[in-house]
Amino acid sequence: MNIASTPVSRRRFIGGSAAAAGSLVVGFHVPALAQAQGATPSEVNAWVVIKPDDTVVIRIARSEMGQGSLTGLAQLVAEELDCDWLKVTTEYPTPGQNLARNRVWGNFSTGGSRGIRESQDYVRKGGAIARVMLVQAAADEWKVPASECRAAASVITHTASGRKTSYGKVAAAAAKLTPPTEVTLKDPKDWKIAGHRVQRLDTADKLTGAQLYGSDIKLPGMLNAAIKDCPVVGGKLKSFNAAAIQAKPGVKKIVRVGDSAVAVIADTWWHAKTALDALTIEWDEGPNARLSSLDIAAMLQAGLDLPEGIVGNEAGDARRAIASAARKIEAVYSYPYQNHATMEPMNATARWTAERCEVWTPTQNGEAALAATAEASGLPISKCEVYKMLVGGGFGRRGATDWIRQAVAIAKEMPGVPVKLLWTREEDMQHGFYHPVTQCKMTAGLDAQGNLTALHMRISGQSILAGLFPQNMQNGRDPVVFQGLNKGGAEGAFGYEVPNLLVDHAMRNPPVRPGFWRGVNLNHNAIYVESFIDEIAYATGQDPLALRRKLLAKSPKHLAVLNAVAERAGWDKPAPAGRHRGLAQIMGFGSYVAACAEVSVSDAGVLKLHRIVAATDCGHAVNPQQIEAQVEGSFVYGLSAALFGGITLKDGRVEQQNFDSYPVLHMSDMPAVETIVMPSGGFWGGVGEPTIAVAAPAVLNAIFAATGKRIRELPLKNHSLKKA
Amino acid sequence: MAKLNVNGSVREFQAEPDTPLLWVLREQLGLTGTKYGCGIAQCGACTVHIDGVPTRSCVRPVSSVEAKQKVVTIEGLSPNGSHPVQKAWAALDVPQCGYCQAGMIMAAAALLKANPKPSNADIDTAMSNICRCGTYNRVRAAIHLAANGVKRP
Repeated sequence: MNIASTPVSRRRFIGGSAAAAGSLVVGFHVPALAQAQGATPSEVNAWVVIKPDDTVVIRIARSEMGQGSLTGLAQLVAEELDCDWLKVTTEYPTPGQNLARNRVWGNFSTGGSRGIRESQDYVRKGGAIARVMLVQAAADEWKVPASECRAAASVITHTASGRKTSYGKVAAAAAKLTPPTEVTLKDPKDWKIAGHRVQRLDTADKLTGAQLYGSDIKLPGMLNAAIKDCPVVGGKLKSFNAAAIQAKPGVKKIVRVGDSAVAVIADTWWHAKTALDALTIEWDEGPNARLSSLDIAAMLQAGLDLPEGIVGNEAGDARRAIASAARKIEAVYSYPYQNHATMEPMNATARWTAERCEVWTPTQNGEAALAATAEASGLPISKCEVYKMLVGGGFGRRGATDWIRQAVAIAKEMPGVPVKLLWTREEDMQHGFYHPVTQCKMTAGLDAQGNLTALHMRISGQSILAGLFPQNMQNGRDPVVFQGLNKGGAEGAFGYEVPNLLVDHAMRNPPVRPGFWRGVNLNHNAIYVESFIDEIAYATGQDPLALRRKLLAKSPKHLAVLNAVAERAGWDKPAPAGRHRGLAQIMGFGSYVAACAEVSVSDAGVLKLHRIVAATDCGHAVNPQQIEAQVEGSFVYGLSAALFGGITLKDGRVEQQNFDSYPVLHMSDMPAVETIVMPSGGFWGGVGEPTIAVAAPAVLNAIFAATGKRIRELPLKNHSLKKA
Repeated sequence: MAKLNVNGSVREFQAEPDTPLLWVLREQLGLTGTKYGCGIAQCGACTVHIDGVPTRSCVRPVSSVEAKQKVVTIEGLSPNGSHPVQKAWAALDVPQCGYCQAGMIMAAAALLKANPKPSNADIDTAMSNICRCGTYNRVRAAIHLAANGVKRP
């Protein structure tokens, strides 16, 4: 099968016909699952619906936001189903349907690079069970044992007689059978659809403007809303002069939203936005009115030398070993707040009546969105529904529900009328759930020969769980703080072997709300560890690769990705003239990743990123070309933050407003990226996030190699790389 | 009623003269393929062609577009996604979330019309659109593919 060369027109035809048959993506009148549509499709099980024309509709519970897991999950189901890949289309079940069916589709939450790795088992079983039922239905019709029948590409063949039928013909009978309780899943080495460079299922409409995002929705009679929340962290809305803008074009109503925001509802969004811009608003700035980034930095700094921290990883006695070490090396690093800055600003369309509340929104967590809808609407959850729209960038931001609550509160002011709330970019920049801010003191103890005998990593800073999910704290400890630093485990084991190790956390929670930002705490943890390992290497006259190899000797998978990038980058040979290299490796989100960056810095201090070689061992690779896309994208996201990003506060307000004050990487900044996908099998790791963590330290280490300047505080734009 | 020539037909609409072209396209004319990303001409998600010139419609007052000028949006680039840029984009699976891609495609189509064989430096200059998913390298490869018909190995 030559999947990669599937013509666009073919895919478009399939996608189009599926959409016409009621796929959720069209979604204006209440979208329904394929089973409820007229052309008698048969739900073989929760994951697989087959139409008489052999179209296979695969249900996808996780949200698609560009990361490609919609295609990957469909590949996994299709693989076990043995269906014709060219006849596959997808649809989202709604969170309300999931609730009504006892969560038959499992967890909808899409974050933590979990989409594939935490659903692969049950979705593959879903495909396999459906295949068994379809084969059984054909065997029953032919009155032969199912063991004499084979399925391939949606065709069932009775081997002995050569009789054939298709999935579409037997789906209705199959749907009536009792599902088998046990199925055997294929060995990944036998995969024909999964594991291959299949093209995405959701590309065609993104090329023509036909793809509908949440912000594109237009329901009959719909009004539009623009909102301003108090710009001061933790502040409240005091008053506003509604009368002064009431007569502006298209304005319908000016409403208070919660205790901190005001919204204008108008016929068009442009009218709502311009009227809101003209509104005089008085804020109650509250206790953070003078808060600045300097205050926050001082608060974190005080945690660096606190005698006791919350322990994340420990071996031997690091403090004592450092105290008696022949040599001590110390460095302090920091990482700023970052905003997700998804290309599509936050938005939701809500329709509220006393009987029912419906919401259309791009969300990474449909079930949380439904719960928020119920809470904000004042209705029982059974009277609420959320229709998930394709997400125009998530990166963790859309796991939250703040804008959904606002949209429902606004819609309640206009019973029966759908209202679309769309944030401005400025609102989006100033009301994020920001990548938490941390500082870190690294202290190493070396023996007389320069061997690393002790390492103390003190992280001081914000806990995401303490801010968002305090119920998930473990005895006052936030385990997410220690991503990539754990003693063993499948999620993020610290690979380096240091006889005396202490990783601990001084929790410092400024009032700025933290969030899960693609890569989460692995981002700064990798910068701190990988920069400091580099510092030790240079301080002791060791090659950065050789030192890492030595310390990773007992972590073969960490070592393998590191070796892979070193080999491909040609670490043992000099870099091209004027270029310098830097390395980084880490394990996170269940995968092992490494990067080697090649940069040059001109005498005037201009940095050029020439090339990055990246390696990923994610255990099983469901779609290597999409993994490559995620790795490339990870460098853009990670390096945008490291080079340019940084949310700062002044007078309690986020200073950045838009992409002019929160610049990001552009095409002209982009290095060539060479991705090595090297799945070693036996485990399932995530892909969307881990590489982000090695992007910055690999580049920072290369910058040191080029300039001798060790950048320990980001973003890089605040530093001069000019030759002294 | 004011008039605009959009995607080959004359469309009538009502809006204040200072309304950005973007919002007339999206809210009055129902052409939602052109996206709002920043509102200050920074990100390029709103890129359309006006007489073939790539233009950031979020800062372009609609009254400054003359009725005789031809506005082309992503919906009008080709009748069925068959423009060479769209085909190259499909061949290389360029989009991730896709939100910025209409602007990217419109910018790339205008670049190739003015400069059928752009160098990497030409591409860097013309393609200042922002993509947060990080599709830049595939965008570059797809522009070369559309220009030269050379497939990726």
